[in-house]
Amino acid sequence: MSIRLENVFYRYLEGTPMETTALTDVSLEIQDGEFVAIIGATGSGKSTLIQHFNGLLLPTSGRVWVDGVDLTAKGTQLRAIRQKVGMVFQYPEHQLFGETVLEDVGFGPRNAGLPEEEVVERVRRALAYVGLDFEELKDQSPFELSGGQKRRVAIAGVLAMEPGTLILDEPTAGLDPKGREEILDEICAIKRERGITVILVTHSMEDAARLAERLIVLNRGRIALDGTPVEVFRQAETLKELGLGLPQVTELMHELKSKGWAVNTDILTVEEAEEEILRVMGGQR
Amino acid sequence: MRFRDLTIGQHIPGDSVVHRLDPRTKIIGTALLITLLFTVDGFLGYLLAALAIAAVIHLSELPWRFVLRGLRPLLMILLLTVGLNIFLTEGEVVFRFLFLTVTREGIARGLMMGTRLVLLIVGTSLLTLTTSPIQLTDGIESLLGPFRRIGVPAHELAMMMTIALRFIPTLLDETEKIMKAQMARGADFQSGGLMQRARNLVPLLVPLFVSAFRRADELAIAMEARGYRGGQGRTKFRELRFGRIDAVALSVAVAFTVVVGAFF
Repeated sequence: MSIRLENVFYRYLEGTPMETTALTDVSLEIQDGEFVAIIGATGSGKSTLIQHFNGLLLPTSGRVWVDGVDLTAKGTQLRAIRQKVGMVFQYPEHQLFGETVLEDVGFGPRNAGLPEEEVVERVRRALAYVGLDFEELKDQSPFELSGGQKRRVAIAGVLAMEPGTLILDEPTAGLDPKGREEILDEICAIKRERGITVILVTHSMEDAARLAERLIVLNRGRIALDGTPVEVFRQAETLKELGLGLPQVTELMHELKSKGWAVNTDILTVEEAEEEILRVMGGQR
Repeated sequence: MRFRDLTIGQHIPGDSVVHRLDPRTKIIGTALLITLLFTVDGFLGYLLAALAIAAVIHLSELPWRFVLRGLRPLLMILLLTVGLNIFLTEGEVVFRFLFLTVTREGIARGLMMGTRLVLLIVGTSLLTLTTSPIQLTDGIESLLGPFRRIGVPAHELAMMMTIALRFIPTLLDETEKIMKAQMARGADFQSGGLMQRARNLVPLLVPLFVSAFRRADELAIAMEARGYRGGQGRTKFRELRFGRIDAVALSVAVAFTVVVGAFF
């Protein structure tokens, strides 16, 4: 399922004295099965951009296609699109409402008109994806769970629709390191097993470098950089100007290089860094 | 959802004469306008009141279109008022259509009520458009001050209003966010019968209440953490100052109200 934006502009509060332009001339195409990370400083338009991917916002001007369907055309069934493009908002646990976990997670599939047996089956699968036990939780109130569990239940609520594209807006914000790691691992596992497209909005350069195949960097509503993590993190100067940084290990390699070590700076993970440093040191020994 | 069309309660920052007036002046002025609109009887009086409001809008440097847009959400009430008055007033019959009779008195009354409502809405929305919520509640607190002796909790009332006003945009944002999140899961807030629609609101209202309580809790703790103990002995960062333009503005307003109120 591909997503294509063409010359998209978006203005908030158009026609009032408080009008602000959130997106300026954004064109991009996300292919089926890609893992894309969207990064950018606060207020760069990330959240506005992703809401165009499932028709929650329609562009002020420009066009959006999802799976070949023009969202900007009159009469487009946006509800059908939203079943296909799942969206996990920031702090999704704030949107929990059900009396039981089963009711809450089953909300999406039930709205899609699926029979109750299928709904239950999907809830079971969705909870399994986020590492929760269906039998144990299904009759509990989501409000009595721990913070991390609430987050998982909320994410499961989107997964239960079994969307072909999954958009996550900072899914790990406010979680402890263990919780972060687990949720990201689970997302990767879903992507591997189901081959879906994943679009991740994140402030963590480490996560972006480690997980994504492609990075889109936003700055003041425009696409500043778009490429593979290696390509994007080569632009260290540009990223700093945009209020962003490099992953810590990449930063380290740049430091080493400036101190006269002949290391390769296209390094994005600790493992790669270890190998590279050992290689260079081995050569010197 | 057209929450944003409602200009009543919205504030547009600016630096015009009207913006700079002391909030107390503007509150008293608005009270005078309301009194005037309810005492005046006859078109000439309304015309003068309309001219006065127009002058204030001009001085406030607000875009006309924006001020008038505040009428849109209240259009139904407006039409209903005018309609009922036109059709239900007895008097000299102008024409009959089926079971409806239109009278000369009815037309006059309907138009008058309509004008009164429009002027009321536009006039009062000017107060909030040009005054920040903080100034507004400071003004109210100060005006209620003298009544503290007879047990009116002026500071508490003002604080409650400040908080309520402060949270309107926050809760609207929150509503929009939750709506979007549920819409992303296929929720439908637009179709269905009345009962169905009411039931569809549960996924919106439950999270909204939960978050309102959470915010209230956090706010209470934040206030205590900064040593809030009520109004006793509390000093202000921005003192209200009743200056010369306020004296002028208030004199003009009082004179205008007395004269127009007495003669029309």
